[in-house]
Amino acid sequence: MPIVKVDGVEVEVPAGATVLQACEIAGKEIPRFCYHERLSIAGNCRMCLVEVKPGPPKPQASCALPAADKQEIFTNSPMVKNAREGVMEFLLINHPLDCPICDQGGECDLQDQSLAYGRGQSRYDENKRAVTEKYMGPIVKTVMTRCIQCTRCIRFAEEVAGVEEIGAIGRGEDMQIVSYLEHAVTSELSGNVVDLCPVGALTSKPYAFEARPWELRKTLTIDVMDAVGTNIRLDSRGRQVLRAVPRINEDVNEEWASDKTRHAVDGLVRRRLDKPYIRKNGRLTEASWDAAFLAISQVDAGSNIAAIAGDLVDCETMYAAKALLGSLGSTLLEGRQTGMDYDTTNLAAVNFNTTIAGTEKADVILIVGSNVRWEAPLVNTRIRKAIKKGAKVFAIGPETELTYKVDWLGEDLGVLGNLPDAVTEAFAKAERPMMIVGGAGLKSLGAALALVSPLGLIKDGWNGFNVLHMAASRMGGLMLGYAQKGGIADVVAAKPKLAFFLGADEVDFAAFEGTFKIYIGHHGDKGAAAADVVLPGASYAEKSGTYVNLEGRVQRGERAVFPPGDAREDWTILRALSGMMGKTLPFDTLEELRADMATDTPALATLGLATFDWAPPALNAAASGELTGYPIKDFYLTNAICRASPTMQRCSAELVHGVDFAEAAE
Amino acid sequence: MLADKDRIFTNVYGFQPWNLEAAIKRGDWDDTKGLMARGQDALIDAVKASGLRGRGGAGFPTGTKWSFMPKEPKPDRPNFLVINADESEPGSCKDREIIRHDPHKLIEGALIAGYAMRARAAYIYIRGEYIREAEVLFAAVAEAYDKGLIGKNASGSGYDFDVFVHRGAGAYICGEETAMLESLEGKKGQPRLKPPFPAGAGLYGCPTTVNNVESIAVVPTILRRSPEWFASFGAEGNRGTKLFQISGHVNKPCVVEEAMSITFRELIETHCGGIRGGWDNLLAVIPGGSSVPLVPAAEIMDCPMDFDGLKKVGSGLGTAAIIVMDKSTDIVRAISRLSYFYKHESCGQCTPCREGTGWMWRVMERMRTGDADISEIDTLYQVTKQVEGHTICALGDAAAWPIQGLIKHFRPEMERRITEKRGGGLSPMMEAAE
Repeated sequence: MPIVKVDGVEVEVPAGATVLQACEIAGKEIPRFCYHERLSIAGNCRMCLVEVKPGPPKPQASCALPAADKQEIFTNSPMVKNAREGVMEFLLINHPLDCPICDQGGECDLQDQSLAYGRGQSRYDENKRAVTEKYMGPIVKTVMTRCIQCTRCIRFAEEVAGVEEIGAIGRGEDMQIVSYLEHAVTSELSGNVVDLCPVGALTSKPYAFEARPWELRKTLTIDVMDAVGTNIRLDSRGRQVLRAVPRINEDVNEEWASDKTRHAVDGLVRRRLDKPYIRKNGRLTEASWDAAFLAISQVDAGSNIAAIAGDLVDCETMYAAKALLGSLGSTLLEGRQTGMDYDTTNLAAVNFNTTIAGTEKADVILIVGSNVRWEAPLVNTRIRKAIKKGAKVFAIGPETELTYKVDWLGEDLGVLGNLPDAVTEAFAKAERPMMIVGGAGLKSLGAALALVSPLGLIKDGWNGFNVLHMAASRMGGLMLGYAQKGGIADVVAAKPKLAFFLGADEVDFAAFEGTFKIYIGHHGDKGAAAADVVLPGASYAEKSGTYVNLEGRVQRGERAVFPPGDAREDWTILRALSGMMGKTLPFDTLEELRADMATDTPALATLGLATFDWAPPALNAAASGELTGYPIKDFYLTNAICRASPTMQRCSAELVHGVDFAEAAE
Repeated sequence: MLADKDRIFTNVYGFQPWNLEAAIKRGDWDDTKGLMARGQDALIDAVKASGLRGRGGAGFPTGTKWSFMPKEPKPDRPNFLVINADESEPGSCKDREIIRHDPHKLIEGALIAGYAMRARAAYIYIRGEYIREAEVLFAAVAEAYDKGLIGKNASGSGYDFDVFVHRGAGAYICGEETAMLESLEGKKGQPRLKPPFPAGAGLYGCPTTVNNVESIAVVPTILRRSPEWFASFGAEGNRGTKLFQISGHVNKPCVVEEAMSITFRELIETHCGGIRGGWDNLLAVIPGGSSVPLVPAAEIMDCPMDFDGLKKVGSGLGTAAIIVMDKSTDIVRAISRLSYFYKHESCGQCTPCREGTGWMWRVMERMRTGDADISEIDTLYQVTKQVEGHTICALGDAAAWPIQGLIKHFRPEMERRITEKRGGGLSPMMEAAE
């Protein structure tokens, strides 16, 4: 490990570190624009120049220079100061002075660094350059005159998102960043370029002119748009969430978030249920809480009562419902709304055992019936990383563009029982093989499990068997017992007199004819439309909740804003209703509920990766049947919040259905 | 004056055909197998002993450069030789003469140099605007393949060596060695960060040496006539003969092969018929192509034309493209035109060059018309200093140096224009009525 001297202080740096990293280890701040930890090194902004001895008598770009033993680095010598001032001045001469109307204001690298390292005034008397706006899709707004050509967006699109649709054309001062033929960037991660852009050239289109960063209250929470459990920060003002941005969590989302995570939040103020409703003469009519509860308590269901959990609910809600049903003598709980009935006797057999971060280390990956790009975009980026390190990917299912090279093995699941030689040979040679069973592949879970030992998926310190869930509530629900042996069909067969639908909108409600349906949720979607009583609940932004992501990671989010109107946090609704039903639940606060839940399911009390013992059940290993499609038909419209979001509707229309939108010239 | 018998490029004016038959008569491809049989290290040592310095501008010792290449290339990472024929420097026109009149010197040199550095193939990257030259080169390479001089078992030596010709698309920056590699790989021609240097990771990530056309084309003759012969020309550290390209205000502009370290006066008197209007009419000289600082008349007249001699007068030999300017020249306008060239050719990758070249050109245009303030001369000088040495490649330096040379030597002329534009300083100060 080389030892370098940074401004006279000796520090030891890891082998392969750059001078910039060495300076950071020594606690020195190095200004930068183009350098980003998660992207390749471009070295083109020249802001990170430092003086290095031994070396040529000119400043060196620290981001690209390897730290070598006995190097002397100076970060505040006159040469360095001079170079920074020069580069800063060059960056500013053609940058417009429109900070007052720029959305980046207050969180702009160029502002901050010009204050810290700039000259203070301009010597540039010529006309400034103006650049025409470019169209990058419904998420990214461009003001290209502000662009400083750092190329972070280009590198992100190419390296992380895997869509080579952003590039630079022209040369010299005419170099411009453009999207391919001015089409929308067809990536579900395109919103990340907004965070990456160090200036106000790429800003968020839906959030344009909404707020200044210093006006926002920032709440740390967990995203529920997919099962990845992206760590996010909700920025809210007053009672409205204005934007969602990712937090850094190396184990889960690194520092990315999908467009759905970022931009579904404008659905939180639309189509909301803010009053209880009771169905009278076939029509839902507004009611008071008391009247709604009374209507429910009048149903004489006995123990013939069920609860169906939706995709977005937190563990607390599910536990409260479970406790209420338990006190009434029922265990008819189910969370797999669309009818999946895979075996859940061993949770490890339906878990993403390799972990999201572990995916990067895989050397051979077999995907069984999963459009990973849509089911978990941030797992897809990890697979891309593994491929960059040399991994090979096979997949069973209809061919789709996953942003990397895949050897497609056909659409017939029967191939699981008779894998081609190329696959078995690759797995035989692999040190860290991986199998990912997605939503479409779960019906042959038995066949997939039967391959665990032939393919050598379990090795010392490595479990390569993975199930990729799509719902944020799934793993938590399975841990709480929201699974019947035959799936939701068992619930239907039991003909419950009363059923709670906890934000469940994807259920086939026609099967529940004759059941008194109570919908507890936040959006007026399919569930509310089919319900007999609607109780307005809280969305993920409006309650603190526990979520378990697809790898079994228990995470907790905080409440950002209050639910609208008469809506209440879901567990309090169940608690109040339990009193009306004469079976008062034994908790009055969220803490008490969590304590109770901890006794029921201890794993939910400890944040972090839950451990499931690997004891796969012996299932029918026969597999057959064509996969005609993947469960997600439209990435942007997978749940009630997205469906209420104008941004997501626009994305869906433009990016999935190819509708052309005319843009007003500004 | 260099004797005719000591000239390497005997067909530089195209009096004889370029084809293989004529080239063989001139002595090319004579016992190439025998030259190669001397052994790879012996070849590199001979080039080192000849004192040949790179003819592309930087003047790095060619033999030393070759010795950086891996001695035992791996099969999946072969060595490559890339020959820089992207001659775009304003003033330079020597590679064009070599390619269109003596291409077999280059191809034979490519084989020998490639063999010496254990290269699998040579890529000749020729400037896009050189259309006829590229046609000649394609034809010459085809001839050499036909006769088995290159290709499998090249010249009967038992060594397999391919030569590929690749045409550029007319970007000056692709003459920078790493930008050339990017362009060869099919990418946008933008210089790479160094390290890693091409000898470590160059074309397609494999060890690569990039050499100028002239550096390669002289190699076979050096080996035939002995390194000592080559080293007998020029001053210590600046050995050999060199193609000088004299353009501008001389009576007979020409490309001529001469011994290094010849004085400027002798070169002009012998080959160019003197300065237009006599030596007293000489204003300044740009001695090495547009990117080196100009040298005023008094300092250049008896200066030896070599790397070290020109360095002493604050300039450089560059490609030995000598641009002579007499007193009819609008020197500010001339340098401003060069600034426009660099602004136009900047690749736009790194900040100081992208933003600075345009800024410098715009200020230079105002300097040309005198529509500026005297203090702006200092600002301009500081801007050139902020570009110089802060960029990824040397284009930033090349854009800065001509202006620095101008300010250093012709500041009074710049000030005069500004003062005259303001009425010669004679008009009374305007005072606002209060």
